[in-house]
Amino acid sequence: MPMLSRLQWAISLAVLALLLALPFLLPSFWTGNIMGRAIVYGIVAMSLTFLASYGGFISLAQTMIAGIAGYTVAVLAPTAIPLGNHWLPYWALIPLAVAAATFAGAVVGLIAVRTREIYLLMITLALAVGFSLFAQSNIDWFNGYEGIRNILGPDIFGYPFRNLYVFYYSSLLVATALYFLVLYVVKTPFGLVLQGIRDNPRRVSAIGFNVGVHRVASFALAGFIAGWGGVLITFYNIGITPGSIGIWATVNVLVMAVIGGLGHPIGAFIGALVYTLFDTFAATIYDRDRFNTLIGLVFLVIVLVSPDGLLGLFRRLTGWRTGRSVATETMEEKT
Amino acid sequence: MSLQYALTVTLNGLTLAALYFIVASGFSLIFGLMRTVNMAHGSLYLIGAYVGFAVFDPLYMNDATYSYAWYIAILAGIAAAAIVGIVMQVAFLGWMQGQELRQALVTIGISIIVADQLLANFGGSPFQFFAPDILFGPMEIPFVGRYSTFRVFQIGVAVAVGVGLWLLLNKTRLGIMVRAGVDDRQMLAACGINVPLIAVFVFGLGAALAGFGGVIGATAQPTQLGIDVKFLLTSLVVVIVGGMGSIPGTAIGAILIGVTEQWGQALLPTYSVILTFVIMVAVLAVRPQGIMGRPD
Repeated sequence: MPMLSRLQWAISLAVLALLLALPFLLPSFWTGNIMGRAIVYGIVAMSLTFLASYGGFISLAQTMIAGIAGYTVAVLAPTAIPLGNHWLPYWALIPLAVAAATFAGAVVGLIAVRTREIYLLMITLALAVGFSLFAQSNIDWFNGYEGIRNILGPDIFGYPFRNLYVFYYSSLLVATALYFLVLYVVKTPFGLVLQGIRDNPRRVSAIGFNVGVHRVASFALAGFIAGWGGVLITFYNIGITPGSIGIWATVNVLVMAVIGGLGHPIGAFIGALVYTLFDTFAATIYDRDRFNTLIGLVFLVIVLVSPDGLLGLFRRLTGWRTGRSVATETMEEKT
Repeated sequence: MSLQYALTVTLNGLTLAALYFIVASGFSLIFGLMRTVNMAHGSLYLIGAYVGFAVFDPLYMNDATYSYAWYIAILAGIAAAAIVGIVMQVAFLGWMQGQELRQALVTIGISIIVADQLLANFGGSPFQFFAPDILFGPMEIPFVGRYSTFRVFQIGVAVAVGVGLWLLLNKTRLGIMVRAGVDDRQMLAACGINVPLIAVFVFGLGAALAGFGGVIGATAQPTQLGIDVKFLLTSLVVVIVGGMGSIPGTAIGAILIGVTEQWGQALLPTYSVILTFVIMVAVLAVRPQGIMGRPD
């Protein structure tokens, strides 16, 4: 089975070309603070979408896992304030952080392996909040409430990571690679078994596949994706605080994934972009201080009107690819 | 470590567990009947506390009414949370019964809005109720010494709530209907019982318990925005550990978490949060359905 149809390839390449050209078409504020930000948060949201779409798990631990990668970089970074001056360079730290996130993802998968659906949501939320509370109370490593500052990121070809274009293009590269990785993985035997488990775990295990191992592996892969997002977010924010991985950050990533649509990985980036646009322009739409009410209402309306997000809405309006979407199915299961 | 210290820490744990039980029993009740994970449970706690305080403050300032201000605040907190809970069930959750994830997402949306609106209307500064004179100040407890009367009273309230729920669920016609609904919702509806109406009642009751907990909790210690997260988290962990939908399980979970939290803070301050999660993970590994939960 091919990864994408010819039409989908054409659209993907056209979108990619547009994204590559954007920094030359838009003011620099848009490149960094809207497109760049949407891309890095979209990566974390995509790790959630991947689990939801192909595994049927709504995991709220993805922000926490991104935070583990972020803290790994921050704690060991050469430029960190207040605990810097470590000898590991950034290029060694980034794979280390992603490995830590992958491992953390597998651990979350192990903890949650025997639970599904709503229990999984609760357990992963409890883990996520627990980790941010821990980071907040731990001074020795994580510098407590204040977190760790001045995480500048590596220089690439002599340019600092803080450079708008370096940041934008590296984030775009990572996001594109991970996006196609997800599309590739779900067509591999592993991905197909995973989708089989989502639809009917008992049948898949009757054929002889180990359901638990596949679930844990899917969480590890989601951890790998979230880890990249976590590293880039930490560079974007020039540091990390417990608040940036707390319950509201967790909920925000869920909001992005749901607004975009849990049916396909691209939904995560669409959702992240919509969220970022609202966040940036709430002041002109409604009231800057009441941004949360606004985004809460948008989220509520989406969940009430179109449980499979903007993507599902678009599909229904245009008749693109008929058939029930995965997210709707997951949500309406067991009625 | 002296005996007095050990007893004080344990008593702190038990009084905290009492508050956790009041709040989490509402969460567990709602989950038990409707399989709805109410992510806005912490918000209902805050609504109880804030609305209660808005009623309490002017009454307490007035010499004529200050003696019963606290009792009115309790009623106001309960009523506010129950009304919001009933509106949530009737307007949003009732008609999507069975779509558990969608319901959880809806309640997350509501909790975002509620937290923001509370901030807009009441501001972000912390506040605390003054307990009525009879519960104010310390009392003598053997081996422990002077201890806050109100915190002891909290244990009494939790026991009363537990007994009340037990009586309601086991000794009344309504309780029979609720328990039958937990076991088989469709059969109950087929017997001619108005299940959606019972669901509204149970949601209102669960929300009322959260609001009640809000006023009690804000009397024991200062309350501010953000504490909704703590109580949502605690409710989650307590019912995961104790078993979903089981009132005795909720009591066991609350005592386990409350006492562990206080001992953790006394012995290893920075790592006490982790202890709670170690308990949760250990219980999940051995009994995924929780200590008193029934397997699916």
